[in-house]
Amino acid sequence: MNWQFDSLAALMQMDGHGAFVWSAYGITALVLAILLVAPLNRRKRLLSEIRGEQRRQKAAEEAHASRS
Amino acid sequence: MWSFFHKLGSPPWLYGISGSILRWLLPASIVALLAGLAWVLLVVPPDFRQGNSYRIMYIHVPTAVVSMAGYYVMAIAGAIHLIWKMKMADVAMKCAAPIGAALTFLALVTGAIWGKPTWGTWWVWDARITSVLVLLFLYLGVIALYEAFDNKEAASRACAVLSLVGMVNIPIIYKSVDWWYSLHQPASIKFTSESTMDASMLYPLLYMIIVFYALYTCLLLLNMRAELLDRERSKGWVRALLKGSR
Repeated sequence: MNWQFDSLAALMQMDGHGAFVWSAYGITALVLAILLVAPLNRRKRLLSEIRGEQRRQKAAEEAHASRS
Repeated sequence: MWSFFHKLGSPPWLYGISGSILRWLLPASIVALLAGLAWVLLVVPPDFRQGNSYRIMYIHVPTAVVSMAGYYVMAIAGAIHLIWKMKMADVAMKCAAPIGAALTFLALVTGAIWGKPTWGTWWVWDARITSVLVLLFLYLGVIALYEAFDNKEAASRACAVLSLVGMVNIPIIYKSVDWWYSLHQPASIKFTSESTMDASMLYPLLYMIIVFYALYTCLLLLNMRAELLDRERSKGWVRALLKGSR
């Protein structure tokens, strides 16, 4: 196993191909991050929505019970 | 066997089992991805002709491979829903579409970026590239069609039919580099004969393909769990779930 780049600058430049390689990896990282965060956020939002619905429903039932 | 199918059709069971799979598969895939990135960016030797630009291959090929496999997932899930009216298959089809579209987009973009230093052009109407663009439009078509119907059952059936018809595109993508050979190179990984790649480049590529399959599985399960919560929000098992987590 050998390291291919001696310095951080060499790793960034990649003999002139750095801009291509890093932009390709950067876009991929960005899209993968969005794909990962989207369902997690949706789940979080849904859980708080459903909790709210249940609380409202419970409150309505209690109000109904106290009236009758 | 049949009881397995029966369970697979049950939302609480699927929600539970996918949760326990994700608990280890998601962190494992992310760690494996980071390790793979270090391998292909720092350790793998440069190509003797293309230099370092070929490192893009390690994300271009996995995204392309998984985008095609993801199309099969979507189309087969659609077919299962059409034939057996299994609701979980509809959830899988709906969730597979945006992930597949994003991966196809990545395959096209990374291919364009790789094409510039290698072929001297970002884009060419080569058979492989054009058929992958058709794949992207098929995915986007399924997403748009799903949203176009008010009746979700009709939407799901229409999407299943569209994705099944679009399946003819997959073998065309696969064979395009042999049938209409122009700029895009033919496959270097071969199952029936020796691959035309050195082992020091082939193994990291196979590794990255496996990592992307694992990531795809995680993303599909995460989306299906959210979709299940949304559809089943008033059901008893969701209520029980929330009580337990409070």
